[in-house]
Amino acid sequence: MAKDDIRDRETVTPADVLGGPTRRRGLTDFMPRKSGKLLAGLVLVVGTLLFAFLGPLFTQNPRNSDNPALLPPGSDGHVLGTTSLGRDVLAQLAHGAQGSIMVGLVAGAIALVLSLIFGILAGYVGGWTDEGLSAFTSVMLVLPGLPLIIVLASFAQQSDALQFMSRSLWLVAIILGLTAWPGAAIVLRSQARSLRVRDYVAASRVAGEKPHWIIGVEILPNLLPLLAAQFIGAVILAIMNEAGLAYLGLGPSGSITWGTMLNEAQTGAALTRGAWWWFVPPGLMIALFGCGLSLINFSIDEVVNPKLRTAPAAVKSVRKAAKAVAEDEKKVEA
Amino acid sequence: MKFYVRRITFYVITLWAAISLNFALPRLMPGDAMSTMIARMGRSGDIPESTLRSIELLFGNPDESSLWEQYVAYLGQLFRGDLGVSVTKYPAPVTELIGQALPWTIGLVGLATVISFVLGVGAGAFVGWKRGTWVDSFVPASTLLQAVPYFWLAMIFVYLFAVTNRWFPIAWNYDPFSFSGPELSWAFVGSVVYHGTLPALTIVISSFGGWLLGMRNMMVATLSEDYVTTAEAKGLKRSRILTTYAARNAALPSMAGFSIALAFVVAGSIVTEQVFSYPGLGKLMITAVQGNDYALMQGTFLVITIAVLAANFLMDLIYGFIDPRTRHNG
Repeated sequence: MAKDDIRDRETVTPADVLGGPTRRRGLTDFMPRKSGKLLAGLVLVVGTLLFAFLGPLFTQNPRNSDNPALLPPGSDGHVLGTTSLGRDVLAQLAHGAQGSIMVGLVAGAIALVLSLIFGILAGYVGGWTDEGLSAFTSVMLVLPGLPLIIVLASFAQQSDALQFMSRSLWLVAIILGLTAWPGAAIVLRSQARSLRVRDYVAASRVAGEKPHWIIGVEILPNLLPLLAAQFIGAVILAIMNEAGLAYLGLGPSGSITWGTMLNEAQTGAALTRGAWWWFVPPGLMIALFGCGLSLINFSIDEVVNPKLRTAPAAVKSVRKAAKAVAEDEKKVEA
Repeated sequence: MKFYVRRITFYVITLWAAISLNFALPRLMPGDAMSTMIARMGRSGDIPESTLRSIELLFGNPDESSLWEQYVAYLGQLFRGDLGVSVTKYPAPVTELIGQALPWTIGLVGLATVISFVLGVGAGAFVGWKRGTWVDSFVPASTLLQAVPYFWLAMIFVYLFAVTNRWFPIAWNYDPFSFSGPELSWAFVGSVVYHGTLPALTIVISSFGGWLLGMRNMMVATLSEDYVTTAEAKGLKRSRILTTYAARNAALPSMAGFSIALAFVVAGSIVTEQVFSYPGLGKLMITAVQGNDYALMQGTFLVITIAVLAANFLMDLIYGFIDPRTRHNG
């Protein structure tokens, strides 16, 4: 019998039954617990980032079309084959990774700032400001995202004032960022509303702190895990939407992204020519990178919502206890 | 009653916002978008008078009337059901083109969404119920599924099941060689189902993961509620606890999150339609964008928006009916 058996104790606290997480303090409270999920997520994300920033050093120029067209993978030093224009797929994939991740990060950052304004400001200030901002947020939330992005991108192309950045990576990223914030804003608003009435916030208001100080120092740090999760979610959404937009021919024209690769594969009839090495890798990269980011997000979710972590653990410990009881009874019978 | 009034007001405002956005966008773009566009189109040959007229209607001719007058004229036009004339398929009115495409999209996306919702919520309830066992490994698996771009999955399916193995057709909604148009016969229905299987499968598979995850997480949270423990302590049958106590309550947020999920499905299906050349609203919109057919593009945007709003409104009504709390607190 284990030396510290719950049944031998005089008092049993909930923590004992729930598998007793050790007490944590300060910043470590906000750090995701080490788990298989987190590790797998980090491996996928870090791996993709390394590929994006070190890969181009070892590959050809992605626009070099001197190679034979449509070489299958592995032939003639082309690990992933070539496109119908004779471009090396691996080189395109590595440069495309840079483009896609760039779009994701810029759009994610824009969405984060907007969701802070529309979420936390609305939730904290309350009153008519809140009514107005959150009505706008709800309207934006139900407007279908991708159709709106398509319309925006299509008009932006026509505008001569936007010509200098016409169809650039930046324009696409800005449009994606401008449409990706409402979901996060709604979550942040409800959190900010609940934090606003906590005693420590009231105390610092009574102490005469300015609103921007209270939001920045008292409220935001408590929302850090949530903000991180929202940012990651926005990055995933932006990368997926960029791919869709580029596939439809509305993506950045001067740069290479995973989306533009898929678009070229489509227009180059990769499907009917059986050139699977041309369109499978970019989609797979999107899926793996997105999956890695989501896995990291789950670990953050378990910090935000402890039930997701403690409940399965509790069920496990209950099951273990039941087994132990059954074994004890067997011993007694014997 | 107050709940319904609030919701209806919200949707009316949203609809007005969408219509106004549609009016404002072409006018808000910095620079003189109209002349740029006309210049660009002029390069590829003469522009017909009708096209010029429809562009002017869209962007508004500043010489003719004030912005307010344009807005009023625009609203009046909408109320008469006039969305302008298509440039790419001249002289077909935009409403007629949309009318032809709409049933296909509603049929495909609607059916696929219902199937994926039922499967996903069901599987999510099961995975949540079996929390802490090997079934938990479904969670990372469905994450991967969720991160897969819809249209890429569609491309893979086309490659595997329509190009390499000729099990399914590559494109279209029915066989255009056997049928000259939609008709009421079993053969036609069969052809539609045959052509719709791959696109529907794509939408179901790529949206399934989201429902599963949401339901699973709510299930895990609900199962640790006190009333579930009470139910267990009373010695109720496990199947009864699963269905009547846990799953019923856990499903509520899944339904509340319907609007966000629906947005994903609509976005995904637009690109999916393009991959399968499925003649729905999404394909129509892309055709419009590629042909610089702005009246058609804005018309499809408006109709997609209205369809999404209608679906959300319907879900709100159902939600208010099954969860009385929303009616009282809302």
